Formats: sequence, structure tokens, C-alpha cells
Amino acid sequence: MQRGVVVRLVIFSVLTFAALFYIGPTFMGELPSWWSGLLPTDRIHLGLDLQGGSHLILEVKVDKAVENAIDRMKEELRKLLGEKAVPFSELEKNQANQIRLKVPAANGDRVRGLLKGEFPNLVLVSSRTDQGGVELLLALHEREMRALRDYAVDQSLETIRNRIDQFGVSEPIIQRRGQQDILVQLPGVQDPERAKEIIGKTALLEFKLLDETHSVEEAVKNGAPPGTQILYGYAAKGEGGLATEKVPYLLEARTLMTGEYIKDARVRPGSNLAGPYVELILDSGGARLFEKITAENVKKRLAIVLDNRVYSAPVIQERIGGGRASITGNFDMKEARDLAIILRAGALPAPVEIVEERTVGPSLGRDSIRQGIISFVVGGSLVILFMIAYYRGAGLVADVAVVFNVLFLLAVLAGFKAVLTLPGLAGIVLTVGMAVDANVLINERIREELRGGKSPRAAVEAGYERALPAILDSNITTFLSGLILFQFGTGPIKGFAVALCIGIVTTVLTGVYMTRIYYDYRMAARKLARISI
Amino acid sequence: MEFIKPGTRIPFTKYRHMAITLSTLVNIAVLVLLFTKGPNLGVDFAGGTMVHVKFAQKVSIPEIRQALGKLGFGETVVQDFGQDGSNEFMIRLEKTSVQIGALGEGIRGGFSDRFGQDRFEIRRIESVGPKVGKDLRERGIWSVIAATIMMGVYIWVRFGFSFGARFGFHFGLGAVISLIHDVLVTIGALLLVNYEFDLTIVAALLTIVGFSVNDTVIVCDRIRENMRKNRREILENTINTSINETLSRTIITTGTAILVLVALFLLGGGVIRPFAFALLVGFSSGVYSTIFIASPVILLWEKGKK
Repeated sequence: MQRGVVVRLVIFSVLTFAALFYIGPTFMGELPSWWSGLLPTDRIHLGLDLQGGSHLILEVKVDKAVENAIDRMKEELRKLLGEKAVPFSELEKNQANQIRLKVPAANGDRVRGLLKGEFPNLVLVSSRTDQGGVELLLALHEREMRALRDYAVDQSLETIRNRIDQFGVSEPIIQRRGQQDILVQLPGVQDPERAKEIIGKTALLEFKLLDETHSVEEAVKNGAPPGTQILYGYAAKGEGGLATEKVPYLLEARTLMTGEYIKDARVRPGSNLAGPYVELILDSGGARLFEKITAENVKKRLAIVLDNRVYSAPVIQERIGGGRASITGNFDMKEARDLAIILRAGALPAPVEIVEERTVGPSLGRDSIRQGIISFVVGGSLVILFMIAYYRGAGLVADVAVVFNVLFLLAVLAGFKAVLTLPGLAGIVLTVGMAVDANVLINERIREELRGGKSPRAAVEAGYERALPAILDSNITTFLSGLILFQFGTGPIKGFAVALCIGIVTTVLTGVYMTRIYYDYRMAARKLARISI
Repeated sequence: MEFIKPGTRIPFTKYRHMAITLSTLVNIAVLVLLFTKGPNLGVDFAGGTMVHVKFAQKVSIPEIRQALGKLGFGETVVQDFGQDGSNEFMIRLEKTSVQIGALGEGIRGGFSDRFGQDRFEIRRIESVGPKVGKDLRERGIWSVIAATIMMGVYIWVRFGFSFGARFGFHFGLGAVISLIHDVLVTIGALLLVNYEFDLTIVAALLTIVGFSVNDTVIVCDRIRENMRKNRREILENTINTSINETLSRTIITTGTAILVLVALFLLGGGVIRPFAFALLVGFSSGVYSTIFIASPVILLWEKGKK
């Protein structure tokens, strides 16, 4: 018996030292240098609800990516038919996201052959022959559609990660969730509005020619003529340029170039009047294309469109080589910087929509921690005092176990890099209230056995032995519901489930096995003639 | 110190008809309330946006409404939040046409114009799209149901080994019925005080399921022990003895949990208050249901068999 006590005492001492080392970093401001080399340095991670920050769930509009792909194929098909000199009367995308192509009946078989060879991803849904020719309905292959959707989400995730990295957030979490959602967590972000702006922008940059053959006013009134579209820009109005005015532009619908060729984007300070601008540096392919476009359209106006908003539409003075272009607009330094970040990180393959947002300001988090600690101290003290009042010596033993319980619980949280949230903090407080249950069961049992006439020694042994099944049962059921909670919960709730489940394990450890050491020691030392309970 | 004197013999099972009638009526009332008045769903489940604002000066609810009215958010609900004099408010925006994520900026702008730029602080924003809300709602309901059934199955299997499958099943059934009772009573209390149902409430309900079944387990454990000790005793007496013998433990354990919950409720802050409230109600109900519901169910079932 004596040896058993010593062995267990050593085990618990080792555990206690380990626990102290694990929670040390959390409670010490600066770690001494010898510590970092040898010992754990992780602090308990605080959830977004305690340290402040933003939790966002973005839904990638994957169907839009599919639509864009079909648009692109349609244009490629148009080009191919032109090259092969196949006449066609109609080529368009219909409501059901299919390409409708009408060719003279004589060319039907040839077109089918071409499609099979050049567009293996398109399947022929139906073909109908009438006097006008053969009408073919083409749809994207199901497999290809799935791949496109998948790619759109993965690509969006990469782009968003790039943007956040450049925006500068420490320890962001960016994960794919399910079919088409992306989870973004930005701890401690000071300006959530700006972060959302940067993340959520599609950032599709397009260069389009201004249509100068029709009048803008008329197009606004009667609708844009075929092959053109109306987009708006914002111009400074009035003194100081604070207010803005919406200005319509009539553009050719055809996109000459997109932002995919951008190698780098930088903010350049402008002259005093114009404010800063963003300079784009194109890769070699982009530089060649841009040179060709500008050469072919000298004296025309080239609109720079970002997410369907016209930033500027300067007149092309001459052919522009060297692969540099610039976007001017009425932005301040911050807006220009954000724009450069977005352009550098690239466009999203499909628009994203924020479907869930939870943002907590840093001050609320601080208040929550303070209130959590106060209720922990007050609630814990009440329980400790009550146990001493009710069970006297045995109550004190239980109280010591509770203190160690909390120590181990915090150490495990730190060691497993678990996240402590506000409900998690409540879970720790609750654990203190529930942990004494094990000792209540044991103590009640000991009292009963004493009343039954057993010696203190036999009563303690019987008490521990008979209470154990009930203690295990009741902790297992709570643990099971904690597991379900973990499965179900989102961030903060998961934190509660984690605290609850870890708390149960540490409770059994301290409440049952640790307190037993004390009684076994007294038994071994033959000092258990009387027991305070 | 002793709350329950040794040798206390309260004939709990005598009151079973009264208790079951009372509880059935209460539960039916909760269900009626649930389906007529309906729960006050938070943004987690209903979708929409909640903004928690703290002002530097005293501000009245009509003033806030006025400032919001100009922004065109549609229907808004403004509620006082936190302690008196903390000038904290909860603004709930219903189905808005404004995109999630753009709301904070709108409110910031509107309040800056009305109250001054640094006179307020947006402490929390929660926005949930309608699709996500529906998904969370369904998952919440299912997780509570799954947990309840799981507890029943655990007890069935656990006591099935020592009592035989039939008896184990009755114990499990008793536990499930008393858990349903506890969950319903908690929901009823939340409906009465008009707290919002959100994710933390589901967490509370799951915790209640996990905690309240403990008492049932402890009593069943004791019933098993007493049946072995005294095989001739009729079941009703065994059940009564067992409840009485464990009564002290039941009261103390729930009592200490309630001590910390009261501390959390009073001092833990507005965000955690509904959570603490739900646990307080559910844990208290758990004591009652173990004594007056779970054990009588076992008894009724056994008698019905004969």
C-alpha cells in the first residue's frame, strides 16, 4: 500500500508540473528566453468571440462560373466556325445554359464532326431540322460541370487566401466547407468592413472600347443597341470632390482583355489634383495583347471596367508597348492600396456572397473575458465554501481536487491547442459546479457506510468502490451529449463542447483518483481512526 | 451538515399520478405555446442580422429607430441590452434586401450622422442568410432528439446487462420521457421570458440532456443495488428507498451546479445570460423529473405488464 501511494503521488506530481508548464505561457506576459527553448510556448487560443474578429462564410456562386465557361465556349465556337468558313444563322446561349446553334442543313454533319473533334466537353442535347436548317442544342458535359464548380471553389479559396495574406491578418483561417462554401476567420481584425470589401470583390477587370457611334443618353432611355451595354462610373462632383455622381457609359459588349495577364499592381502617388493611381504591370503575353489592342484602336476611348464599374475611359493616344497600364479614379490612398491588393491577388472565378457573418469587436471580447473570470471566481468560491461547510475535512479534499481539476483542464486546452470561446468559459465555470458530483457521490456513500457501522477505513474503501460505477455512468452520459454538441456546433459552441468533454476527463481523474491518494496515505500511515466528513 | 436526515422515507411514488398529470399538462401547455406563439428565433435560426451597439451617451430607442429609419433597412426591432445605464442596444434587422456584410457600414454611416462619429461602438454583428438559418435550425432540432435517444439507448444497454433486456428497456424509456419533460419545461420557460432561441440555447438543451440523465442513472444504479440486496421487496418500495437514499446527493450536486449557474447568470454578461437561464431551469427540472417521472414510468410499465 505504501508503495502504491508513493507511485501515485509521483505520477500526479509529474502531471501537475507538466500542467503548470503548459499553462505558464498563458498567464505570463513575456516568456523568459530559457523557457522558449525547452518548454511549451503555446498560449490558450482565444476564440473570435473573446479576442474579437470576424467569422465569415462565403458562398461561391458556382453556377455563374459554369455560365461564364459556356459563354467562353460559345465565343470559341464562333471563332472556329469563322475559321472553317462554316456559315451559321444563329449562335447564342439560351436560358437553360445551353448553346443554340443553327446552321444550313447541308452543313449539319460537318458541324457535328467539328464539335466532336474540337469540343469534347459539349454534348449534343437535341437536333432539329426545319426549312431554316439544322438547330443544335449543346450542353456542357455533367462531369465537366462538376469539375468547373469544384475548380471555382478551390480557385476562389486560393485567391481569397492571397488577398488576406496581403491585407495582413495574423493567423487567419481559410477553409473550404462543403460543396460551395468557404469559411474565413479573421482574428483581431480592426476594420472588418474593409476586410470584407477586399475579400468579397470579384475583381473582374475588363478592358472594353467605348461605343461612340450611338448616343449615351438615348441608350439610357431606350436600352442599349445590340452588341453594346451601359455601365456606370462615378465621377467627383462639386468642390473637393467629396460627393460623387453616377455617369453612364455606352460600351461595346466585347471584352478585349481581362485582368488575367496582370503580373503586379502598385499604388503610385499621382499629382496633387488627381490623387493616387494604380499601375498595372502585365506579363509578356498581356503586354503583347495590350500593344496590339492599343495599336488597332488609336484615338478611340478604352474603358477600364472593374466588376462592371467604369473607372476611367482614356483616349488611346498611341500604341502602348512595355506592358504597363494604369487605373485612375477618385480614390484615396487606402482605396488605391486595397485595389492594388485585389488586382495582384487576381480575380475570383465566380462571384461570392457572404451568407453568414459574425463579427465581435475587441472591447466586447475583453468584457466577456472579465465577466467570465468574475463569475468563475464567485461561482467557484461559493462551491468551495459550500463543500467545506457540508463535508468539512472531506469537503476540503474535494476542493483541492477541484483546483487541480481546473489546472489540468486549462493545461489540456493549451496543450491540445483547443480554442477557448465564451461558451467554453461558461463550460469551465460549469465544470467546477459539476465536478464535485464525483466527491459528493463518494462522500455520501462513505457517510452511509459509516452509519452502517463500518470502520472509517472500511467505509472509505467501500465508498470509493461502490460509488465508482455511478460516477462513470453519469460522466459517460454527459460526455456523449458533449460529443453530439461538438458534431452539431459552430465555432463558439464547439468551444463549449470541448471544455465540457475535457472537464469530464479531468474530473474523473482528480475527483476519484487524486482524492483517493489522500485517504490511502492516511490508511497506510494508520491515521484513519477518525474521519472528518 | 446534513440536508436530508438519514432514514428519511418520503413515499415519492405515491404522488406519481398527481405528478404525471401535472407534468403532462405542463408539457401540453408548452407545446401549445410553442405552436401558437412560436419561439422567438434569433438570427442563427431565422436568418437576418443582429447588431449590438454601445453608445457613449444616453440614447433612447426612438432616437435609434429614427436614425435607422433613414437607412431603409425595412422592419427593425431595437431592444435594450445589458445592464441599466450601459447604453447597449440590440438592433435586429429582418429580411433585408441589403447584402450581408454591407450592413455594418450602412449602420456606421447612419449613426455617425445622427450621434457623431465616435459616440458609439459596434460591438457585435451577426448575420445569417436564410438558407444557413434553416440548416442550423434543422440540425439543432435533430441533435437534441439524437442526444435524447442516445441517452435512452445507453441506459437500456447499460442496465440491460444486469437487469435483463426488458428491464433495461424500461429504465431507458423512463429516462427518455423525463428528458423530454426537462427539455420541454426549459423551452417553456424560455418562451415565457421571451429569450431568443439561438445556437447557445441548443447547446444548453444538449447539456441539460447530458446532465439531467445523471440523476436518473444514479437512482437506477441504486435501484439495481437494492434489488440485489433485497430480492423479496416489492418494486415500489425498492424504488422509494432508492430515491430517498440518493436524495441528498441529487440535491447537493444540482445545488452546486446551480450555485455556479446563478453566478454566471448574474455576472457573466448579457451574451451568456440566456444560456445560464436555460441551464438553471433545465437542471432544476431534472431533479424533479428523476424523482417524479423517471421512476414512476418504470413502475407504471412494470405494473402494466402484470
